[in-house]
Amino acid sequence: MSALTPSQTVGPYFRIGLDWPEANRLVGADTPGQHILLRGQVLDGDGVAVPDAMIEIWQADAAGVHHGGGGDAFRGAGRCGVDADGGFVFETVKPGAFSDADGAHAPHLNLIVFARGLLTHLYTRVYFEDEAAANAADPVLGLVPADRRATLVARREGDHYRFDLRLQGAGETVFFDV
Amino acid sequence: MRHFAVVPAGCYPPNDTPAYRSSEKRAPREAAIRIPHTVSERCGPHYGAEALRPHAADLTTQVAGGVAQGQRIIVHGRVSDEHGRPEANALVEVWQANAAGRYRHDGDRHDAPLDPYFTGAGQVVTDADGRYEFVTIEPGAYPWGNHHNAWRPRHIHFSLFGQAWAARLVTQMYFPGDPLLPLDPIYMGIADGAARERLVSAFDLERTVPDHALAYRFDIVLRGRLETPWEERS
Repeated sequence: MSALTPSQTVGPYFRIGLDWPEANRLVGADTPGQHILLRGQVLDGDGVAVPDAMIEIWQADAAGVHHGGGGDAFRGAGRCGVDADGGFVFETVKPGAFSDADGAHAPHLNLIVFARGLLTHLYTRVYFEDEAAANAADPVLGLVPADRRATLVARREGDHYRFDLRLQGAGETVFFDV
Repeated sequence: MRHFAVVPAGCYPPNDTPAYRSSEKRAPREAAIRIPHTVSERCGPHYGAEALRPHAADLTTQVAGGVAQGQRIIVHGRVSDEHGRPEANALVEVWQANAAGRYRHDGDRHDAPLDPYFTGAGQVVTDADGRYEFVTIEPGAYPWGNHHNAWRPRHIHFSLFGQAWAARLVTQMYFPGDPLLPLDPIYMGIADGAARERLVSAFDLERTVPDHALAYRFDIVLRGRLETPWEERS
């Protein structure tokens, strides 16, 4: 066993090293599945926009299969530095459901928040409001107190899904110990 | 099922670290909820050579017409998981301040000169044994507003993906003997002193290049899948 390297904050200047062009577009025109926009805003404990956060997502494809490699048509991963209003957007496909030893998993994206002020990144998940039956059976959502589950569910809003991240305080997003 | 060992207490710093003032309004108040490692946590994106930018492994020669100012250094090491298995063909992203302690970023208002020949961004891919190496200049310390006369110790930021979403890591490499380390709430946010010291690189005389560059070694250990997953009982 080797001892783990500790985490440190991404700091305010991560764009120097981590800004990739179009890293928030996971799809091409011919990527199979329902193409969606995921929009959201990162807010602090006072409800003030966090202008220097970075969001990464990781998800299955429309058939519920995880890829990850560069040779795949759909890697399933993206990155977006937020704008001055804490806003982020991803262009992707709605992920499919899948099952494993832990049960039947509702369609979801995995999401990480990095920011100045966070010494260790925060893990969460994005579920979809139009998947109520699958959400009700999801083994991870089932671990979340019922009155906080709504913080993990993206709402349909115009041409996109909306998922805001409240880092602290009223309506605080549920984060996971992964 | 849990497919990774629990991160030991005191290794990944808690976000609720009041001495680090930026955490005050950003650290969640609720405890994180432990979840099983489903397929989506125990696999993850992989980036290799296809993600590299030109000249990314030598930060001193990225800008045509000149070379970066400062003490030239080689930074190298091995990336492995906690079971000693190499992280092969894996992208390592780095970024840093210049020799004067200034970042090439609009948000950095520090009254220190920018270097037109230094971007501060690099990328490398590990080899089959998990080893990486890049050439850069030693970054300067810089003041920040955390508390009176606060200075960040010299550091280089690192970002790594590992084999799984659960292994994602962003961290900072420090330099041996830096007197600012014990004064820095970001570094000191790691409660375990032995864990903290794993972020301090080692001067590596063997890898220095005479008449050219000093060298530092920084090994990185990421979370790795257990051979036998375990069922958590509460």
